[in-house]
Amino acid sequence: MAEDNVLVDVQGLTMYFPVTAGVFRRKVAEVRAVDDVSFQIKKGETFGLVGESGCGKTTTGRAILQLYRPTAGKVFFEKNDLCKIGGEELRRSRRNMQLIFQDPYASLDPRMTAGNIIGEPLRVHGLVKGSEFQEQVAELFKLVELEPRMADRFPHEFSGGQRQRIGIARALALRPKLIVCDEPVSALDVSIQAQIIMLLERLREELGLTYIFIAHDLSVVRYISDRVAVMYLGKIVEITGSDELYDNPMHPYTQGLLSAVPIPNPRVDRQRKRILLTGDVPSPVNPPPGCHFNPRCFAVKAGCKEAEPELKEVTKGHWVACHRA
Amino acid sequence: MSEGELKAVDGLSYNVKKGESVAIVGESACGKSVSALSIMRLIPYPPGIIVGGEIIFKGQDLLKVSETEMRHIRGNRIGMIFQEPMTSLNPVLTIELQLSETLQLHRGLDKNAAGEEASKLIKLVGIPDAAKRAKNYPHQFSGGMQQRIMIAMGLSCNPELLICDEPTTSVDVTVQAQLLEIIDNLRTQFGTAVILITHNLGIVARYVDRVNVMYAGKMMESAPTDVIYSEPRHPYTAGLLASVPRLDLPRKRKLQVIPGLPPNLARLVPGCPFFPRCKLAIEKCRQEMPQLEEIGPEHRVACYRSADVKELVRVD
Repeated sequence: MAEDNVLVDVQGLTMYFPVTAGVFRRKVAEVRAVDDVSFQIKKGETFGLVGESGCGKTTTGRAILQLYRPTAGKVFFEKNDLCKIGGEELRRSRRNMQLIFQDPYASLDPRMTAGNIIGEPLRVHGLVKGSEFQEQVAELFKLVELEPRMADRFPHEFSGGQRQRIGIARALALRPKLIVCDEPVSALDVSIQAQIIMLLERLREELGLTYIFIAHDLSVVRYISDRVAVMYLGKIVEITGSDELYDNPMHPYTQGLLSAVPIPNPRVDRQRKRILLTGDVPSPVNPPPGCHFNPRCFAVKAGCKEAEPELKEVTKGHWVACHRA
Repeated sequence: MSEGELKAVDGLSYNVKKGESVAIVGESACGKSVSALSIMRLIPYPPGIIVGGEIIFKGQDLLKVSETEMRHIRGNRIGMIFQEPMTSLNPVLTIELQLSETLQLHRGLDKNAAGEEASKLIKLVGIPDAAKRAKNYPHQFSGGMQQRIMIAMGLSCNPELLICDEPTTSVDVTVQAQLLEIIDNLRTQFGTAVILITHNLGIVARYVDRVNVMYAGKMMESAPTDVIYSEPRHPYTAGLLASVPRLDLPRKRKLQVIPGLPPNLARLVPGCPFFPRCKLAIEKCRQEMPQLEEIGPEHRVACYRSADVKELVRVD
């Protein structure tokens, strides 16, 4: 599947974190946050990563950006394996990939003005000369629909939605090709979420961006993404197009997850098939043997406890990791 | 020196019938939690004060009863489930002890009987191995399990009314579905009335009979659940419904954005608080807050333009 328009090619990405104990910080176990994950993202595409807390979606996003150095696997960004490079070379390629954080309250330095926050990447990468700075920052303010005259204000003077716009402008400062959006709307009020979603959509079209959109809210992910990967305990259990995922979910976990999303329309909601998943997500330190989902699965059969299912292409472009698919 | 007054809840009226479930929907800081805490008389004073109104619970005005009497009602006849189970549970006491406390106080059980009852309650909310788990401390449970314990606590004295303040905001979707299902089953089983406070229009659709929509401390619209989704008559309600991505509608439907921000409650101006964000606003909206008016069976709206809302947004 080596096509020319592939921007990111993730192969067998694995990220383990050590669990240490005692004064010598001896390693006693491993958290398998991301375990052998592979996918490709095309230029201009929005790729959704969805799953419950602790499923490894955020870690996947960060490991792609090399904010964590992966335990194993390869991440090709425009044919360049990011896991192999470091230092100055990695720093330069970071210009092309940026991150938008979940919490607009924690991700902005309270002692910097909005203008300096947004312009900092330009300075760090030495891309502007003195007089151009204000101009470029003003441009960025306008791009995210903020007034350039607000550049002298501090983060606490902005509302949650406006702060998220500042975070987006900062990510756009270096004109990146890829932006990892990590739960960019989940901390915002309902009426503000739509504003940010529409802004991200507009920016993608205007600037030809590629997004990795990480979220737990399936309705938001489906809306914004072209393709979606569903993660469970560090593994991808299903990847397919957004419409296909909703019309024809094949993995029992995806089915349960979709069924758990309430629909704001009582008439439609009552007619839906209800699948109530039991129990909680198990610990990624000690995942259940075989298919990780088997203790909560309503369609479990004999082999599920023994062998781990492979991610297979069941119909064109629809990949599922389930023994029953 | 106080800098002035902040009207967190202003002239709010609604009622809950026996065994009914009612939702209070609104965004952060719209006064939905404050209104619930007022029912329990849990507003810290100072600075908070209930300036006026009545809270009639089975014919009795809760604002007039003594603090001693209120203590017999709180946790006993009215139960409450809070938003964050990890901060609402005492970290140094076992679950059994925390559940027993209410049982001993309100139902007069002795220590052993209360302990047994506590295990029964833990089992009722779907925690396996109840007798053993009762001896555990809060940190030994996951977030979803902790919230189950909160539900067990809220229900321990068979209250006639259960107030749930954002009971599922801190848990995952699959666990959210489990918790709401438990609350709903217990409601049908014991005939408990439920007030569900939430910002999520989706969960409301599935689990409640009536919906009250709040904005900036005021009631904007109140209607039976089916009606509010098919025929919202307040521009705010309609706007909220049209602004969320939905699984039941085509994917590339354009989201209708509500422009602007919720108002600062300390700097409210006269008139309708939604007016600066409203597409239908007229001069009158700026001057005077519209009264709640009955426009259909059990359907009340506070808006001068409610007749024109249908043209504004098509929800489906």
